[in-house]
Amino acid sequence: MSPEFTSGIKSNQLIFEHSATGRTNGAQMVEDVASASEIPEGLLRKTPPMLPEVSEMDAVRHYTRLSQKNFSIDTQFYPLGSCTMKHNPRACNTLALLPGFLGRHPLAPERFGQGVMACLWELQEILKDVTGMTAVSLSPMAGAQGEFAGVAMIRAYHDANNTSGNKSERSEIICPDAAHGTNPATATMCGYKVREIPTNTDGDIDVEALKEVVGPQTAGIMLTNPSTLGVFDRRIKEIAQIVHDAGGLLYYDGANLNAILGKVKPGDMGFDVIHMNLHKTFSTPHGGGGPGAGPVGVSERLKPFMPIPVVGKDVVGKDEGSFRWLTETDLPQSIGRLSAHMGNTGVLIRAYVYALLLGREGMVRTADYATLNANYLMARLAQAGFDMALPSRRATHEFILTLKRQAKDQGVTAMDFATRLLDYGFHAPTTYFPLIVPECLLIEPTETESKETLDAFADVMKTIQEEADANPELLKDAPYTLPVRRLDDVKAARELNLKYSPAKD
Amino acid sequence: MPFIPHTKEDTQSMLDVIGAKSIEDLFDEIPVELRAKPLENVPAGRSEMAVNRLVRQRAAEDVQPLCFIGAGAYEHHIPAAVWELTTRGEFYTAYTPYQAEASQGTLQLLYEFQTMMAELTAMDVSNASLYDGASSLAEAVLMAVRANRKSKSKRILVPRTVHPTYLKVVKTITQHQGITLEMLDYDIDGGHLNIDTLPSEPGDFTALIIPQPNFFGVLEDVDALTDWAHAHGALVIGVVNPMAMALITPPGEWGTEEAGIKGADIVCGEGQPLGVPLSSGGPYFGFMCCAQKHVRQMPGRIIGATNDLDGKPGYTLTLQAREQHIRRSKATSNICTNQGLLTTAATIYMSLMGPEGLRRTAANSHANSCTLTKQLNAIDGVETIFSRPGFHEKVLRLNKPVKEVLSALEDRGILGGYDLSAEFPELGNALLVCVTETKTEEDLQHYASSLQEALQETLAEVSA
Ligand SMILES: Cc1ncc(COP(=O)(O)O)c(C=O)c1O
Repeated sequence: MSPEFTSGIKSNQLIFEHSATGRTNGAQMVEDVASASEIPEGLLRKTPPMLPEVSEMDAVRHYTRLSQKNFSIDTQFYPLGSCTMKHNPRACNTLALLPGFLGRHPLAPERFGQGVMACLWELQEILKDVTGMTAVSLSPMAGAQGEFAGVAMIRAYHDANNTSGNKSERSEIICPDAAHGTNPATATMCGYKVREIPTNTDGDIDVEALKEVVGPQTAGIMLTNPSTLGVFDRRIKEIAQIVHDAGGLLYYDGANLNAILGKVKPGDMGFDVIHMNLHKTFSTPHGGGGPGAGPVGVSERLKPFMPIPVVGKDVVGKDEGSFRWLTETDLPQSIGRLSAHMGNTGVLIRAYVYALLLGREGMVRTADYATLNANYLMARLAQAGFDMALPSRRATHEFILTLKRQAKDQGVTAMDFATRLLDYGFHAPTTYFPLIVPECLLIEPTETESKETLDAFADVMKTIQEEADANPELLKDAPYTLPVRRLDDVKAARELNLKYSPAKD
Repeated sequence: MPFIPHTKEDTQSMLDVIGAKSIEDLFDEIPVELRAKPLENVPAGRSEMAVNRLVRQRAAEDVQPLCFIGAGAYEHHIPAAVWELTTRGEFYTAYTPYQAEASQGTLQLLYEFQTMMAELTAMDVSNASLYDGASSLAEAVLMAVRANRKSKSKRILVPRTVHPTYLKVVKTITQHQGITLEMLDYDIDGGHLNIDTLPSEPGDFTALIIPQPNFFGVLEDVDALTDWAHAHGALVIGVVNPMAMALITPPGEWGTEEAGIKGADIVCGEGQPLGVPLSSGGPYFGFMCCAQKHVRQMPGRIIGATNDLDGKPGYTLTLQAREQHIRRSKATSNICTNQGLLTTAATIYMSLMGPEGLRRTAANSHANSCTLTKQLNAIDGVETIFSRPGFHEKVLRLNKPVKEVLSALEDRGILGGYDLSAEFPELGNALLVCVTETKTEEDLQHYASSLQEALQETLAEVSA
């Protein structure tokens, strides 16, 4: 039998293909009680859904095998830029899964939730300090929802402060061309028009272009610093001044805080609102696409508009020291609720545990070593002959390598390098983002990787370059050693097949 | 150093390669005046042992009594294999499957998830998740406005029987798009949206939301409502409990043939009942399914089957031109990271339960709810309010203020339900009680006798 098979099962078989009518998991099934139904016949389901009918062992084998087809931080170096794929400490998971937290109904009275609320309250305090903001709301469920909350607060602020008593006329949000796609998409969801501004060749924002677009129509600007180009914008104070002078507010995309933890506080840079991706900087696992957590921090003037719920602590009276949910009653000007309960609570607990384990020294060290690793890998790759997008700049937590030359001379693209890396057991860096750098690889090693791993990566990059020199076709057909070869995205989009249907015979 | 592997020698040799004297030098592009003062409110680092002790104490404080609260989050038995497999490092610590060849495990699993959700709802297609049930309804409203090209009004009809918190979330998220949410009152006897109270004159309606079961646990008259919507050019947005779908007519089959079009157009909801613990409120996952013709208006990740270079089947993210990383300000939504790990749990849960296991769980929950309701109705001062059938939640009217009764029940080790009196004052002392398959006969009896005592006790206190 070929390696396509394990114990007689085809390696890419779907769970539905393991199914046999009438096979059940007795141990997991409750008793049948069909007769007790008060549901009238007309409302009952006529045909059962085609769900798998498999044994527990079938399911365990199937999903264990599927998991083995993934790259993950637990198994590979995963230098995916802008994603901060650092080690996920096990204690964070173990403690977040304690029965007291897991079994608690979200609508149980507050007196049965003092433990979790204490953790969340302390996390709010920690994040306030790290960001230099006045208050924090933990409720947004990922970075993009944090952005939504932030821009919605900017809108609420302008409306509340419009002297005419009408809604504010400010209609535009400024975004740099290098911004993450969620920034302009968020501005649109908040009803704003997006004005894009260019980036200078040195990677900082084009301040002259900014001056041209700001005006009385400007509601605010969304910035990332360190930027998505992996550099710290040196003129940030001046940018803040220009936007504030025009009456606009500053939004800080804090998806990637790894390189500035304890080094710079967005509040000190003049920002009015920030979101953080705890599933990056605070090491909560990505889970193959979430869950995340995107808390927002605000300056004094945006505090009344924070999304609810927020955890409050009673400081006087009979309930002194106890925690409670702050709701519409406490924050009547709030932009409102973003989820049915308190966002992704379990993710917040993981981040809290991580913050306790690191402590204040650990946070600064995280920034130190994330930055050291990025600059080291950048130096090694430059020595190996690769072109950096911004060779004169320091790397922050990440940096960009461009394969423009290779694409022109050898016809090999960033995607070819990325897929070939997989054959060597490295996950690929982020490709084709930011959109303004041609054939780019955005590389973020994170602080948890050792020098040996970084050296191995640099060596493999060099080997791949040699392969490209000798035989570019080799790269074009990569990968060779993974469960599948390169996939046909065009076919996927043209001949939409989004669910399994049993073959009809 | 916690989670940092570098030795002194490593650090030095790395700095040498960079050509920097110290790590501090690497921060020299940051203007000095911006450098932060030391962190003050972040505590000093602690060992795993110390953190363990602290957090275990906290979790122990939260152990809760027997729970009869539902209201959107439901306790079901979760087979042990579900989270054992879900927290395998290869699922748990992978990123969004952008690099398809290195993510076939997650991608195939999500393709299976999409198949299962489409089956459960009887809809054509499913996406790979949204944040939670409440925000999925907000996305469904935004999607309906895009998808109903004939409607210009952006008027969405919303029954008051939709979960009140979902409604708040819908308002927060859709308020900047010129959308009008028109509230429809419910039938005070049935607890459902009565077809006769829908607007009778023709008009431009973009969509009608139909909750099934609704917030009161009552089953809506989905066929008539769906036909009405389609006859008025409105799309149907179903917001459903996926567990109930194993038992009752799924949204893909709502409506009658006479209306010409059968089935809801968009279906969304909270996926938590499918293998996700109550978890103090999250992470859960939102799901969304729709009719094939609307698929290009769907928000979120979608996985498609394709072939590799050798013609072998494989899976990849598809229809990405809808999404923010390609379409930027013109994307269908800003959503990026979603709830991948929770859909992993749900997929494994549905595989282990199968159609029969899921149906029995739903049927058992329903039967338990009927049994408890009967027992409670026999108590003086308790009555069922609504006449229409429900799934596994019932609204009861008490002859005492709900708050006091709940507190007396808590003293007896019971979380008695969700107090409706603030949000639905017209119902009086109304309590929403949920029972799932997890409750035993003794649990139900314990509830009934405790409620009886609690009502007497509150009476005694009031008269004292
Ligand atoms: C710079 C930046 N901003 C925003 C986001 C969006 O965050 P999320 O995926 O959690 O919505 C990301 C990550 O994907 C990011 O890298």
